[in-house]
Amino acid sequence: MGGRLHDVQVVESGFNPHAQSMEMMKKYTPTKIVATGYGRHLAQKHFAGDVITEIKAHAIGARYFFPGCMTVLDVGGQDSKVISLDPSGKVVNFQMNDKCAAGTGRFLEIMAASLGIQLSEFGEEALRGSSDIKVNSMCTVFAESEVISLKNHGVSARDIARAVHLSVVERLIAMLSRTGHGDSVVFTGGVAKNQAMVRLLGEKLGIAVLTPEAPDVVGAVGAALYALDTLDTSA
Amino acid sequence: MSTFEVKAYPEMWNSLGMNVERFDKMRVMLGDVYTKMFLSQRDRPQRMDYFDHIVSEIHGGRVKEILDAKKQGRPVVGTFCVYVPEELVLAAGGVCIGLCGGSQGSVPDAETVLPRSICPMVKSAYGFKLGKICPYFQSVDFVYGETTCDAKKKTWEVLDRLVPTHVMEIPQMKRERDRVLWLEEVKDFKKKMEDVSGKAITSSDITNATKIMNGKRKALQRMNVLRAHNPAPISGKDALLIEQIAFYDDPVRFTEKLNVLCDELDERAKKGDGVAPKTAPRVLVSGTPMALPNWKLHNLIESGGGIVVNEESCIGTRYYKDLMSEQNGSINAQLAALRDRYMKIDCSCFTPNNERIDQVLQEYRDSKAQGIIHYCLQFCHTYNIEAIKIREACEKEHIPFLAIESDYSPEDVGQLQTRIEAFLEQVRG
Repeated sequence: MGGRLHDVQVVESGFNPHAQSMEMMKKYTPTKIVATGYGRHLAQKHFAGDVITEIKAHAIGARYFFPGCMTVLDVGGQDSKVISLDPSGKVVNFQMNDKCAAGTGRFLEIMAASLGIQLSEFGEEALRGSSDIKVNSMCTVFAESEVISLKNHGVSARDIARAVHLSVVERLIAMLSRTGHGDSVVFTGGVAKNQAMVRLLGEKLGIAVLTPEAPDVVGAVGAALYALDTLDTSA
Repeated sequence: MSTFEVKAYPEMWNSLGMNVERFDKMRVMLGDVYTKMFLSQRDRPQRMDYFDHIVSEIHGGRVKEILDAKKQGRPVVGTFCVYVPEELVLAAGGVCIGLCGGSQGSVPDAETVLPRSICPMVKSAYGFKLGKICPYFQSVDFVYGETTCDAKKKTWEVLDRLVPTHVMEIPQMKRERDRVLWLEEVKDFKKKMEDVSGKAITSSDITNATKIMNGKRKALQRMNVLRAHNPAPISGKDALLIEQIAFYDDPVRFTEKLNVLCDELDERAKKGDGVAPKTAPRVLVSGTPMALPNWKLHNLIESGGGIVVNEESCIGTRYYKDLMSEQNGSINAQLAALRDRYMKIDCSCFTPNNERIDQVLQEYRDSKAQGIIHYCLQFCHTYNIEAIKIREACEKEHIPFLAIESDYSPEDVGQLQTRIEAFLEQVRG
């Protein structure tokens, strides 16, 4: 699928995602709108002409940035997914995390807060740490008490930060090995902005981990490309 | 849409020692859910009216029939598993009732006693008895329990304190010695039925019961064959509901009414009338049973634009795929034939259980499905692990496959919706 990326915006959805989207779209005159993500059905109720799941959207978006890619790892705030594509770019298999925050952006966010580190600096701190300790619990609630206990044993925040990142990486690798992957993985979603995640994932997997410049808009780009592809040109 | 209501029978409930006030709230909720999920469907077959009626009388009319049968001295047996040789219950003049175990509503009751991290179906069932919120549970003479899984077999020990529970040992392998064991269990169950009913079961009793059960199973098979038409003449939700009702309705009347519905489905199929567009992705659901009122997965699939065309499940084909030979002859030969029929059930509690993998693929082809969703109740280890083999078999044949593990709570509905919609996108290509 071709097309030229014209503009992107990222805003917190807030308490009224509908109003928020309307505000964001003020400056455009869209021919067709395709919504994706958790709010897709709400968007369709109000303004979107069509919806696709974030799984399909990330598959299309990843192919736009990395033509020929076969495996996409999308880690967002709510959940994480592995998507396998066939040579033509169709989704042939996917996996999603269980119904909890383990292995998602939310997990990292809560751990950063409990260490008193800004989320934007969390990855860099982790890269400065060493790998001598381990965070064992994948449950957000238990992991938080584990982190508190490590802090109180005098372990440095950056070492704990690294351990937290590694625990998420392990979780994602388990998911990737269930679906299988080739010699590279495209890493998308907000968590792919975290350099420690990208680097540690690549080291542990031993394959190339590719991220587009703005990994958090890959789904939106995929939805836009889908809109372009399904545009009714007969009119 | 006419107003639908599950009828209230407070006096009868009171006489059954139920928690009437609480149960009445559940009754109203069931009516609302049923209206939303079932009556709102488009192009429903007209002859679903009988099954709507049965649901409206689920807490009353049918219970009254059972209590009347009881007054005539007929034993009432509650069950939780398709291994119960139902023929023997009927042969003894008894009534067989598949008990409730598909609602989140009774889970908190169960969790005051049972551990949290066990099967939701076992918790729900136990909670219905503990909370006195199931008229069927209150009406049974005894419960038939079995040893298909750890959660069940240990729960029977504590359930027995609340209601007499007869436990049969289900073998977990299919060798000759296991067949010998199962035959002994079938004989014990016959004796149990004779003790409770106070009558000896004769060969012709078994023959008559076999005819009734075969009739019911054939009608269910007929419905399932009709679902293979595209467009499907009946929704997956309605078909599942009928498979659920099969466990508690009067078997003779049920068979007659289901055949009437099948006549209509036949007509629809001939005319090419269906409940979903021809392009709707056709999904086979395989795995653990969905007990009343568990309609969560079917509702998500069909709300997302797909159509369920087959349930490879205990509440589904596993219940009716095999018939019994209707031979007369010695009781011993009949009991051996019963044993043979029930040993064909391919529950994941058996090891190895490769015939189930073949069965899933067979049903996939027969139902003209386009993808398989494996449904597993949380903590059902045997089905959960067996899904690995089904996934592998699907990958080999390029069948789109999705495994889902869930319980009765609504907390994961958003996430499941995303998965299921993505799966339907994958099937559409």
